[in-house]
Amino acid sequence: MTINKRLLLGDEAVAQGAIDAGISGVYAYPGTPSTEITEYIQTHAKDVRSRWCTNEKTAMEAALGMSYAGKRALVCMKHVGMNVAADAFVNSAITGVNGGLIVLAADDPSMHSSQNEQDSRFYGKFAMIPILEPSSQQEAYDMMQYGFELSEQLHLPVLMRVVTRLAHSRADVEVGGKAEQNSLKPDNERAHWVLLPGNARRQYSSLVEKQSELLDSAEQSPYNKMLCDADRAELGIVACGIAYNYVMENNPSATGIPVLKVSQYPLPVAAIKALAAKCKSLLVAEDGQPVVEEQVAALLGADYELRGRFSGALPRMGELNPDNVGEAMGIAVKQSFSAAKNVVARPPALCQGCGHRDVYDALNRVAAEYPNARIFGDIGCYTLGALPPFRAIDSCVDMGASITMAKGAADAGLYPAIAVIGDSTFTHSGMTGLLDAVNDNSNITVIISDNLTTAMTGGQDSAGTNKFEAICLGLGVEPSHVRVVVPLPKNMEEITRVIREEIEYKGVSVIIPRRECIQTLNRKLRQKRAQN
Amino acid sequence: MKKDIILAGVGGQGILTIATIIGEAAAKAGVNLKQAEVHGMSQRGGDVQSTLRLSTEPIYSDLIREGSADLIISMEPMEALRYVPYLVEQGWVVTSSHPYKNIPNYPDEQQIVEELESLPHTVMLPIEDLARQNNMPKSANVVLLGMAARYIEILSPEELRESIKRVFASKGEAVVEMNLRAFDLGLNAQCAQ
Repeated sequence: MTINKRLLLGDEAVAQGAIDAGISGVYAYPGTPSTEITEYIQTHAKDVRSRWCTNEKTAMEAALGMSYAGKRALVCMKHVGMNVAADAFVNSAITGVNGGLIVLAADDPSMHSSQNEQDSRFYGKFAMIPILEPSSQQEAYDMMQYGFELSEQLHLPVLMRVVTRLAHSRADVEVGGKAEQNSLKPDNERAHWVLLPGNARRQYSSLVEKQSELLDSAEQSPYNKMLCDADRAELGIVACGIAYNYVMENNPSATGIPVLKVSQYPLPVAAIKALAAKCKSLLVAEDGQPVVEEQVAALLGADYELRGRFSGALPRMGELNPDNVGEAMGIAVKQSFSAAKNVVARPPALCQGCGHRDVYDALNRVAAEYPNARIFGDIGCYTLGALPPFRAIDSCVDMGASITMAKGAADAGLYPAIAVIGDSTFTHSGMTGLLDAVNDNSNITVIISDNLTTAMTGGQDSAGTNKFEAICLGLGVEPSHVRVVVPLPKNMEEITRVIREEIEYKGVSVIIPRRECIQTLNRKLRQKRAQN
Repeated sequence: MKKDIILAGVGGQGILTIATIIGEAAAKAGVNLKQAEVHGMSQRGGDVQSTLRLSTEPIYSDLIREGSADLIISMEPMEALRYVPYLVEQGWVVTSSHPYKNIPNYPDEQQIVEELESLPHTVMLPIEDLARQNNMPKSANVVLLGMAARYIEILSPEELRESIKRVFASKGEAVVEMNLRAFDLGLNAQCAQ
């Protein structure tokens, strides 16, 4: 057999692994650091269904439907997307699966591009399903095949959790051959899928019974193993997922530190107890929240010396790195040069020529006339309107919250309550909130800043393109209060006038400033030039 | 042998292309590689960095330890300074001398230059002027790679040249030629010093 090596991002290794494991569909909404998985499948596997979904919940449900029909499906999202998909996700553990189903959650410790650093392993534990946490790009690839087999063997979805530094790091990956896709074979057992209480109780009982099987699988997993073993040691390390790399970078064998590598959960309890028995203390190294540390603390009792994020040996928040893990292992950082004096922060900014700039320029002009105005923002490039020079928005919480928070604030008597939401975020989670506002005749002004793409994540298709007026009218917004403008400096007089008029209207109004994202526009122009 | 390299710059300056060229050359040469990069929000005109680890031994961490980077390659002088705590004692800094001022509180240029020159090994060139004078304004990043090529050591300049041909092949002969010229420009400008 020839060895086929490729230089792949962690995300691409997941994608190639899924293709080679014979998936028939990938379902996802773009979100850093998960986006490249679906993009890779879209360009490398024409026989895999791979159109972007409206949000993570629709993605999760479609993937479950494909599994129901007997085929393998992958669903990908960033960690906060798990909150959106949670209803379908948790209940997919109750129905169980037919074709293999892997849910890929890409966590973002240190919040490089996110509003929190929640740890998706909590969701896996909550749903009582197996969790895989690769430490390397190679494992990310290999674990796809392994995970789909595990999923089909246990009839459960499997959660795979990666972090930013794996998702967006490249390494050589040995890839194998491609498996055939499953054939269509729907599950005929309705009792699995109709979660009326009677069925649901039976299904849940079966899930509870399977837990010992899950534990056995983790205890025997090829991805959980002891390294640098010793008979007795002062310190032992439980190294989870990518933290294993940071531990190994500090050469534990040189100082006689045994390491238990953990890349499959539920936690391999027997292996941890065995390690604890021969060590005076344990260090738990895990990227994200102290999920494992909390469980190990319960397992070993209060008298055992346990070190990690709770004990202060590692920082309570933020991502791990070879330096902070080294320090926890007693290896000091050796800096040759201290931080330079002439360095200042360089925050990101909206691109020059971006339509959102003109929207915020107009909003700031009008808002200056209304001292009590509040502008509720949302998730996307336009969140950068919070930073100088605009400093335009008063909130940014979660996908779609601009409209619903504006509604709640308006209900409380705040006026003018203005929401700013992007086109893709609006179809993701804004439409239902707008319906609430229409039904309650809330006094809000909604600005759907439409740049015809999902820009923040690199320009993926936006689900509502060319449909926004129809959607707003369909939801019941008065036709005379659905206004479209073109956000350009030369139109400033018109845009400010429209905003002013709609603020003065006592009810729900929607303004759609529409102009293509400058990045996707330039990309198209470049492609056109290259073709000519 | 190992080389830990930090690539630095501002979103849009093309540091990921430099990373791709080095990465492709390493893969071809059978050198182990890990290359971490930043996607998402910070690409919008913020500071961006990529860490490249090359070694003949297995590599564990995707990130570089403080005090252990052999080389900082930067498209922007202040961004080069940002990563100085990662530099090994006798490490090299290869940077563009052209400041990218998209923030109101950009530090004094002269002080940045002085701080860079206070380091043991700094190479600074006006790569954007060089690229513009030679009618290749879009290839300033490859000029920089040329400048840095002789310090990468674990890969030869010739291996990097070959990689440029493969990386840009899909964009046509003219683009390949321009980038090869850009690379040689950087390489020779550096040799002339």
